[in-house]
Order: sequence, then C-alpha cells, then structure tokens
Amino acid sequence: MPEPAAVPDARIAVECRGIVKQFGEGPRALRALDNVSVSIRENEFFTLLGPSGCGKTTLLRMIAGFEYPTEGSIRLHGEDIAGLPPFKRPINTVFQSYALFPHLTVWENVAFGLQMLGRPKGEIAARVAEMLKLVHMEELAQRRTDQISGGQGQRVALARALAPAPKVLLLDEPLSALDYKLRKEMQIELKRMQSETGITFIFVTHDQEEALTMSDRIAVMSKGKVLQIGTPWDIYDKPAERFVADFIGETNFLPAAMVGIEAGMARVRLPSGIEMSATLADGYVPSGEATLVVRPEHARVVASGGQLSGRVENVVYFGTDTHIHVKLDEGLTFMVRQQNSRSQSCGAEIGTRVGIEIAPDAAQVLRD
Amino acid sequence: MASAAEIARRDEQGKIRSRWLLSAPALVIVFIASIGPLFVMLAYSFMAKGDYGDVKPGEFSLDGWFSVFLQRDIFDDTLSLADAHLSILWRSVRLSVITTVLTLALGFPTAYFIATRLRHTREIWVFLVTIPFWTNLLIRTFAMQQVIRNEGVLNTLLMWLGVINEPIPIMYTDWAILFGMVYVYLPLMVLPLYASLEKLDFRLVEAGYDLYAGRLAVLRRIILPLVKPGIVAGSILVFIPSLGAYVIPRVLGGGKNLMLGNLIELQFGAGRNWPLGAALSITLMVLVMVAMLFYVRNAARSGGGHG
Repeated sequence: MPEPAAVPDARIAVECRGIVKQFGEGPRALRALDNVSVSIRENEFFTLLGPSGCGKTTLLRMIAGFEYPTEGSIRLHGEDIAGLPPFKRPINTVFQSYALFPHLTVWENVAFGLQMLGRPKGEIAARVAEMLKLVHMEELAQRRTDQISGGQGQRVALARALAPAPKVLLLDEPLSALDYKLRKEMQIELKRMQSETGITFIFVTHDQEEALTMSDRIAVMSKGKVLQIGTPWDIYDKPAERFVADFIGETNFLPAAMVGIEAGMARVRLPSGIEMSATLADGYVPSGEATLVVRPEHARVVASGGQLSGRVENVVYFGTDTHIHVKLDEGLTFMVRQQNSRSQSCGAEIGTRVGIEIAPDAAQVLRD
Repeated sequence: MASAAEIARRDEQGKIRSRWLLSAPALVIVFIASIGPLFVMLAYSFMAKGDYGDVKPGEFSLDGWFSVFLQRDIFDDTLSLADAHLSILWRSVRLSVITTVLTLALGFPTAYFIATRLRHTREIWVFLVTIPFWTNLLIRTFAMQQVIRNEGVLNTLLMWLGVINEPIPIMYTDWAILFGMVYVYLPLMVLPLYASLEKLDFRLVEAGYDLYAGRLAVLRRIILPLVKPGIVAGSILVFIPSLGAYVIPRVLGGGKNLMLGNLIELQFGAGRNWPLGAALSITLMVLVMVAMLFYVRNAARSGGGHG
C-alpha cells in the first residue's frame, strides 16, 4: 500500500517553520534545533521520536511556550504564537514528571486550568467530573496527589491537561515512568482519549515501539534535525536514512555495489556476486558503493539457493517468532525473523549451512 | 515460673528504666538551663520588691503583676491603666509586625533571586547574606546609626542629590528602630525562605503557566502555598527577637522610644523593681506564644484544609 497522500483539505494545527534554537553564544554555542520544519495536522496523533538529546523535548517546549525560538516561526491554526507566553496559548502539556501540584487535591489539580480561565463554578464542577470519569479517577477526587500511585498520577496529569479543552495536547514522555504492563494499558488509553476528544496530540518519546503503535505520523529526529516524517508504515518500511533504519526496529545492513538503475529500481551486486533489485529512497541516486537494508522478517532461511549463504550461528526462540542469526560467508551476521507455527519448525539447526532468500522489493538502498 | 509474657514485660520495663537513666543528662540540662530560669522568673513576679532591687524572698505580693497593667496615683491613690506600659507594649507589637512584613517583602524577592541562580553561584549569594552575622549586633547597630543620623550617609546623599534641602531627622524615632530591625533581622527571613524556595520544583511553576495562570496567579496559587513553611519559619524567626529587641531601640530609639526589652531592663536596673520586670518578661513570653499559636494555626488552616 502506498503512502496515503496528504489529504489536501486536512487543516494544519501546528506549523513550525525553520526553527533554530541556539543555547549560548560564540564557539560554545549549542544548536539544540537546526532548521526544523514540521506541520502537524488537526486531530492527528503526531510523535516526535529520537534518542535523548536529539532536540525533541526542546521542540515540544517551544510549542508549549517555555522556550522561544532563536529563529523561525510557530503557527497555531495560522496564527503566529512564537512570541506568546505559555499562559496565553490554548495548548496544554502532560509533563514527564506529571508536575502535579502537591498542595492541591486531585480535584483541584484538574480544576486549576479552568479556574485560571475564569470559568463559572458550575461549569468547572461539571467539566472536572467529566474529566475524572474519562480517566477513571472519580473515586480519588479528594485525595492529595502524594497519596496516589504513579499510574494514577499519570491519569490526573492527563485529566488536568485535557480539562480546559486545549486545541493541542503536548505529551512529554508521559509513559516513561510506568512499568511495562501499565505502559501498554496507557498506550491504549491515550489512543482512546485522543479519538474521543478529537484533540491534536503531540507526543514525545524515545521508545520506537511506542511511537509505531500509537502514532498517525512520526517525525524521527537526531542531533537537532528532523530526518524523516511519515506514517509508522513509511518510517519502518521506507526509512529515508541509515539512522532511521537503525533506530527503528531491527535491521540488516549489507554492503553492495551499484550496477545501474532500471525503471526506478536500483540494480545492485551483492558481495556473493549475485545481482538483485532494490528500491530507492525518494530522489536518491547513489553510485558506486551502496548500503542495502533488509528487515529480518522480509528474509527467509532456505536449505539451498537464495541470494546469500552462510552458517547458522544462533537460534533464539521468542514465542511468536524465532530469530535465526546466520554468519554470512562474507563475515557479516544476518538476522532472519520467522513466524512460528505448530506444523513446522524453523528448519534451521545451529551449525548447518543455509541460504537466505530475500523477498522481492524487500531490499532498499539507503542514504548513509 | 514466670510466663513468657511476664518475662517480656519485666524486660520491657527494665529497658524503659535504663532509657530514662540514659537520657537523664539531657533532661537535667533542659530543666536547669531552660525551664528552671523561667520558674525563677515566675516566682519572682509574685514576690514583694526589695528596697534596693532584688526581691524579698517568701513575701507574696501581686504588686508586680498589678503594675504591669495598672498604676496607682501617688497623690490620691486612684487606679488607672498603666498608659506608659501599654503604649510600650503596643509599640513593640506594632514595630515587630511591621518589621516582619517588611523583611518578608524584601526577603522574598531576595530569596527568589538566589534560588533561581545557578547552583554554585547560589552558595556565594547565601554566603554574602550571612556576612553580617560575623559582626556583633551592637557594632552593626552603631553602623546603622552612622547611616541614618542627620549628618549620616543617607541624609548627605539625599541632600547631595537635591531630593531634600535639610536632613530628615530619623534618629531617635520609631523609623530609626524600624530601619535597624529590618536591617538586622532580614537575613533571618531570607535564609528559611531560600531553603524553601530552593526545594521548590520549578516544573510546577511551568505547569502553572501552562494552565493559563499569569505571573501573579502562579506566585499566589503555586509558589506562595508551597513555600509557606519557609514564610512561617522566617516570620517566627524575625517576629520573636523583634518583640524582645533591646539593643536596637536602645541605640537607635534613644531613651524615649522604649520597647518591651528596654522596659524590662529598666525594671532590673534603674527601676529597682524586679517583680515588675519578671512579670513583664512573662507577659512578653505569653504574648509571643499566643502570637505564634495563632499564626501557626492560621497558616496550617489555609495551607492544608481544602474542601
């Protein structure tokens, strides 16, 4: 399935253009963001994904209003908000540490934003009740925030940020403090709340699995730059750069020599001498040496034949699938992921010689 | 045969006894050094005054307490309120409250400024705040005198700037006492405030801004409630010594503008009325205790009890 073309009438909620953020001056200056441009659509679950220090949190804080860009503009529904203080932006944040007010009860925390907006008492009570219901925290409304668990604190932080009905909700690694099971639950909860409220979510995480499962679109960032923006499918299956392919999921990299280009596909020669075709990242025309990327699930271990050959080095059983590590004749290790089924074993014994068959169109030539 | 429970109980009693024995030195010091003198004062306040100071031991008299609030006319023996004492009492309370409010108003921005510096520069600022403690209070008070007297730094500067034509007399007024007390007690307000502000999680301030609270609302609804322990501690540390201040009103207020501390000193010295001095001391203590109870209660109520 090709990338769903950008819906032309999809309205843009947040548009960042040419954002530069520099901390300090002169030779010691640090560029946290370097010419970053992203457009986030209305009602979208948009994720900023990258390793720590890539600038994703800085970008989020800029949209919230806690940092001001050195250069560039931030627009919210077409209106420039780059100079507005945070309390004048219809944007709310779920902080990584939750930042719940310790001197207030759960109820008062959720009501805080509405009180600051000067809403009438009756409306506040109704809205807070609605929000507490949404996050299943009605019973703990009168608790102090130091008397609730981490997961509950998470829900309160969410209710508090959603209560004023912001146009955009920012989430700064909100799940990172939770244990695995709770995190999985909250991922589903967050998706539910996003579709129920129809609010644009901008989510920051360094967890690629979280990003893939929750997002409508993902922006992969590294060292202050946006490397690729696309759907989880795009990012995983058509990574634009080596960093993206490496950061997201498990990947095999193979050295190859370019032979030529035929009908938009690259013709490459593997070290074994076998030629195969590979897809190209958009607008990229390599020459000479190239790197091929093949996802482990797009290859198959076969008794003989295939484009690559080697000796089985290790077999790791994962329940739903099995990872087979094959030491190629060229010295590299290639990983194949095979689905397990009741009727057949993966057919590979450690130490046996096997071939690896790469599915047509599964290989891609990468920009380094 | 003793049952196990009995043995255990005896064992427990033995333990309690040895614990009392071990804490005896501390208890002796507490009783002799801090509670003992208070009982002496209390006893003195109910005795008749000696002819040349001191008290007549064993001779019970309510004269001391009587003259705290009332005075007997020397000619016709009519009773009236002791205006002088009451006005000194009132001045002491008033000046102490104003001092507390002023040190809070000056100390909060100072502490906030220090708490928002980088970690290593904070230490330098705190160090600077504590420098005045290196010098004796009396010397600092005389230094203050040099600043505010008619030919002092302040008046000279204002005249040189052309703000005033002739010196403003500050010395020997309540203003002088206020100047002195605010200057001397400011660090006692800044330090506990800083300790509270330094612990303040500034992400909560960001959360406040994020939820549409402007700067003033963030200060009022988030910062102040969270640093309330520091405000309470600082206020107590400033208010109590202010109420009993002795050196500052003595040096800066001259002989005319007495505060409670001076009045008490007067009774033990030139006044030769120890029972009155003792009664006044206890009055001061009760005053401080009542004020503190009221204040702490009030602070606790507005701090914790929501909904």
